Amino acid sequence: MVPTTYYLLLSAILFGLGIVAFVFKRNIITIFMAIELMLNAVNLAFVAFSSAFGKGDGEVFVLFVIVVAAAEAAVGLGIIILTARNRRSLNVERVDLLKL
Amino acid sequence: MTASLFIFFVLAALAVLGAVSLILQRHPIHSALSLIVVMVALAGLYLLMGAEFVAAVQIIVYGGAIMVLFVFVIMLLNAGEEERTNFSKLATYAGIPLAVATAGLIAAAIVRSSSGTLSTAGASGALTSTRTLSMLLFKDFVYPFELTSFLILVAILGAIVLAQREN
Amino acid sequence: MPILENLWIIPLLPLLGSAVNGLFGSKWPNKLVNWVALGSTGLSFACAIEAVREFLRYYAMEHRAFTKPFFDWIIAGSFRAGFDLQMDQLTVVMVLVVTGVGFLIHIYSTGYMAHEGGYYRFFSYLNLFMFFMLILVLAANYVLLFVGWEGVGLCSYLLIGFYFLKKSAADAGKKAFIVNRIGDFGFMLGMFLLFRTFHTLDFTAVFNQVGLLPRDALGQFGTLTIASLLLFMGATGKSAQIPLYVWLPDAMEGPTPVSALIHAATMVTAGVYVVARSQILYAHAPTAMFVVAIIGCATAFFAATIGLVQSDIKKVLAYSTVSQLGYMFLACGVGAFGAGIFHLMTHAFFKALLFLSAGSVIHAIGGEQDMWRMGGLWSKIKVTAYSMLAGTIAIAGFPPFAGFFSKDAILFAAFNYENNGKLLYGIGLLAAVLTSFYMFRLMWLTFGGKPRFDEHHVHVHESPKNMTVPLIILAVLSLVGGWFALPAFWGGPNYFAEFLGPVFGGGELTGEEAHRLELILSGVAVLAATVGLVVAWRIYGKEVKQPKLEGFYKVLYNKYYVDEFYQAAVVGPLVWLSRNVLWKVVDVGVIDGTVNAVAHGAAAVGDTVRRTQSGNARSYAVWVLIGAIVVFAIIFWPIFYPVVSVGVR
Repeated sequence: MVPTTYYLLLSAILFGLGIVAFVFKRNIITIFMAIELMLNAVNLAFVAFSSAFGKGDGEVFVLFVIVVAAAEAAVGLGIIILTARNRRSLNVERVDLLKL
Repeated sequence: MTASLFIFFVLAALAVLGAVSLILQRHPIHSALSLIVVMVALAGLYLLMGAEFVAAVQIIVYGGAIMVLFVFVIMLLNAGEEERTNFSKLATYAGIPLAVATAGLIAAAIVRSSSGTLSTAGASGALTSTRTLSMLLFKDFVYPFELTSFLILVAILGAIVLAQREN
Repeated sequence: MPILENLWIIPLLPLLGSAVNGLFGSKWPNKLVNWVALGSTGLSFACAIEAVREFLRYYAMEHRAFTKPFFDWIIAGSFRAGFDLQMDQLTVVMVLVVTGVGFLIHIYSTGYMAHEGGYYRFFSYLNLFMFFMLILVLAANYVLLFVGWEGVGLCSYLLIGFYFLKKSAADAGKKAFIVNRIGDFGFMLGMFLLFRTFHTLDFTAVFNQVGLLPRDALGQFGTLTIASLLLFMGATGKSAQIPLYVWLPDAMEGPTPVSALIHAATMVTAGVYVVARSQILYAHAPTAMFVVAIIGCATAFFAATIGLVQSDIKKVLAYSTVSQLGYMFLACGVGAFGAGIFHLMTHAFFKALLFLSAGSVIHAIGGEQDMWRMGGLWSKIKVTAYSMLAGTIAIAGFPPFAGFFSKDAILFAAFNYENNGKLLYGIGLLAAVLTSFYMFRLMWLTFGGKPRFDEHHVHVHESPKNMTVPLIILAVLSLVGGWFALPAFWGGPNYFAEFLGPVFGGGELTGEEAHRLELILSGVAVLAATVGLVVAWRIYGKEVKQPKLEGFYKVLYNKYYVDEFYQAAVVGPLVWLSRNVLWKVVDVGVIDGTVNAVAHGAAAVGDTVRRTQSGNARSYAVWVLIGAIVVFAIIFWPIFYPVVSVGVR
């Protein structure tokens, strides 16, 4: 069987890639997708722990994470639509109204 | 190299490739499709670990609902290729080092603590029955469950309010 | 003994008068202000007389000084300085002089200041001065004395600068206060030294301890000598001796009654009083006494030379005061403390008389103070003229007027002083000649000859009664004030010296030999005074014009350029230092610089941190990431560096 450490390392790598995507991409929607990627990485870690301990608690938590991600995606994309309509651009760097 | 290990490496490579593709693609739709690849790979990994219910939920909800939502929004907003603006010097120069630092920190912590009982146990392929899951969900974790249903209600309301036309 | 038990009432009355006049007098008519001021001073004088009577009865029974502590003022560890007042024979003389002459001058002032603005303010300050001076003479410890010392300095400043709108008056007030401060620095150091040595500053305690110590040898600078010299430094400031006399001539900017009271009769004698009070201290420090004698003698001569050529009538009297104070210190320096106090008393009478008469003259001719513009006044203001003549005869030292007895006692003591006494006597005698000369010069220039002013514009009139009556009283005192010592001339006792005996321990030379020597020296003194009179008559008895300012005459007229020297040597460098170092470097550069630098630093930090608010979401993301890394590091720290728990032994 696969050592838990491997799953955790994979989770860490995916998380790091998600961060890279989050920092470097300019499209709002792509950034949102990077967040989803990070959440997935965390889910992987939870399931790995759940399997290693033999208990199901981690998987229950994963279910909750998925639910929350869904709710967040719904509301977040709604906001993105409104913002994009307002600023007429999907480039996150164009939304700089807070600039001093 | 056992079979499970081999499958693991395949699926892991797939996931990583998908994530890298997400970063490198210029059009958001391609990034969305890459993300779907990642999610399917992860679902495979869940199956490998015996979490069948979670794998199913992953595909149905994440892949079938959330990513579809993303694709719809991309279509709705007529998103094109990314603009190549670069206003933030900080993000450009500090981005990769910091990401590497984060991942490295977590990885180092994982490796360091791999002398405990946890790693020797290993992720078995033992099946977690749906029955076990539902017992946990509706008995031990019933309060968070109710709260998440509440959360969904709020999200629905939020989405409706946001989508309203200006009167 | 009601008054003696409550000695505080003597200084309190003028203080009340000062407060009432100061707070409410601005709206009152002059008459009401007079009642308050004269009433408080007069009552104080009456209480002083009564206190003296009670003290004499007390002394006859107890044979010691009367001290009464009233309340604890400073208690620090084992040190106690209380509001303690005392009465002994020396205090008797001082308190009667201060309240008596002070009362007369208050009466005079009601006439002199009648048309001046700020009438109530003048009397408020004058009463305040009386309060502080009485505290000074009644104090039973050095600390309370110093309170009075500083207080009279303050009142001197206030009164010299009474006409504060006049720049020269304001400057003179400042000069007086600052020069006094320099002396006070020495006084304070002396007090500190005394405290360190004796752990107390009460007179009785200190003097008892001093009595047990051995004398310092001549030339040795032991603790007692240094303390005495430091106290004397304060005395040179307050009593205008070399080198701190320069404020007194400038102090003539104040109204004439101020010059009479403060700068002739009372405040300037405070230095002599302190030296006399600390007599035991000085008796144990012959070096200090020698220094006192030398400075006193030198000042007496030096000031007399300057007074020879001055043209302002008040300046002549000012330098005369400095000179006479020198005589008092000469007396103390050669050990004749009683003679010094005697001269203090007689000087108070005739110098106050001279100043008040001068004020009367100035009042009569409408404000002129330059003697070269006076003349021919003898027949017009008879009372003033005769009073001034009485004062002049007294100061010149002709018998039977008071000055003769007191000055004679001083010169006799100087002659018998073992350390260069004959030289001191000689210089003192020369100063007496000069004194007689310049005083009679003053008389002839002021009253003699033909008027040198425009008679049509100036209406010469005699002063009103409230000014002339004090003059007459003081003239009488100048005549009889010395008669305490009269019996000594035909072998009887010197009542004054005997009265002060318990304080100064007798010690004046007696015996047939001494008596004959004294008679001879008295004759010489009278001869000296006559010489001065005759020379003055020869030069000024006829019509005379002011000589041209040249040569040595010019040097004397410009007071040997001492003020200019001080300005260049002391004041100039200090001002330069203040301006260029303390102001530009320390205040602007360091203090302001530090504060400004802090502000600039805060602004700079803000300026830098501001850049994080770029409005760019990606950079915000990076900052969040940095925060996340920090949190991870903190959480994962135990994994990397596990805390090694030490086993319990």
